[in-house]
Amino acid sequence: MNLSAAVEHSPILPLWQEIVVGGVAFAVLCFVLMKFVFPRMEETFRARVDAIEGGLKRAEEAQSEANKLLEQYKAQLAEARTDAAKIRDDARADAEEIRQEIQVRAREESDRIIAAGREQLNAERQQIVRELRAEVGTLAVDLAGRIVGESLADEARQRGTVDRFLSELESTGSR
Amino acid sequence: MIGQAVALQSDVPFPPEVGDFYLPSIVPWGGLDSLWFTKITALVWVSTALIIVFFLLAYRKPKLVPGKAQWIAESTYGFVRNNIAIEMLGARGVRFAPYLATLLLFIVFNNLWSIVPIAQISPNSHIAFPAFLALISYVLFNYVGIKKFGFRKYMRNSLIPPAPWFVLPILIPIEFFSTFLVRPFSLAVRLFANMFAGHMLLLVFTLGGFAMLQANTALAPISVLSWLMTIALTLLELLVIFLQAYVFTVLTASYIQGAVSEEH
Repeated sequence: MNLSAAVEHSPILPLWQEIVVGGVAFAVLCFVLMKFVFPRMEETFRARVDAIEGGLKRAEEAQSEANKLLEQYKAQLAEARTDAAKIRDDARADAEEIRQEIQVRAREESDRIIAAGREQLNAERQQIVRELRAEVGTLAVDLAGRIVGESLADEARQRGTVDRFLSELESTGSR
Repeated sequence: MIGQAVALQSDVPFPPEVGDFYLPSIVPWGGLDSLWFTKITALVWVSTALIIVFFLLAYRKPKLVPGKAQWIAESTYGFVRNNIAIEMLGARGVRFAPYLATLLLFIVFNNLWSIVPIAQISPNSHIAFPAFLALISYVLFNYVGIKKFGFRKYMRNSLIPPAPWFVLPILIPIEFFSTFLVRPFSLAVRLFANMFAGHMLLLVFTLGGFAMLQANTALAPISVLSWLMTIALTLLELLVIFLQAYVFTVLTASYIQGAVSEEH
């Protein structure tokens, strides 16, 4: 195994050929990685951060816009609610007013009707009384005249006179 | 398995030596001692190629919502970027993240060879590679510091800690020693020694099993135990592979941080 024992090497003395080989290999590696690979990784990292931060920013914007809209909607809703309440109150007040007005009018109307009825009754009654009074007077005078005017001797005629009076009375009544 | 082992036991070298880390050239020209095309350098090229191919393929068409390969590539870079560079250096760490990520990947992939079957040895067990990487880290953190503060102020920041004047004669040499001499050395040696020791341990337990069989067939159960230990140590090695790559990267980031920070 110890084939190169012919040349003694000390383990802590570097071989210059190996330094050259290692140096060249490492230089090539450094050149390729530091020129073509790692800068592109940094770029990718940056792009990734941008993508994430951009996404966050967009989300933030959307959030704030949504909040604004929500506020607006809430304000509108509150306004609508106040309006509705106001309208309801107004309607209620109006209805009350109308009801009272109608009540008053109805009462007035009924009072008027009652008063008119009563007046008419009164008038009719008075007219009837007046008519009756006149008729009763006439009747009484008529009857008295007849009774006085007729011969009292003839009972039969007397009876006849009464009968005639009555029938006349009847016919008058029926008239 | 034991029969196979007995067949193989004819000339098992034991104990393993440093020479076992230096494998012959794998191309016929230039002789066996040529160091340009050995298993080690081949593994370095292969791991470099693997990383490049994987990342180029995975990041051919990057998408905002990544696929599996893109996700793996991104998590690797993202881990270094967020958990090492930004964690240690703050926002200015992003500038260093590509280098730190490349460094981590290079170390991890080269370390991984130490437990990949057939390869079974990490290029980082040869100090040349960790030393080169440590040198880059050393140059990098000093360059960044000098660029930011200018040479004089950078030296003042690095060498003069906020301490009473009479201890400075002791502190300044200590600071100089630890910052400018020990740092690159410790970076390199830490990684190299871990990978070297890991390979050595695996060799000891694997070859030890064969050596015991060779000595006495009755020791077969202990050989089996030794090979089981190899499996356990391979798992430990897996941990060390990632840990050492992480440590190397974090320390580099920490040195940069020390160089660019205002106070000591």
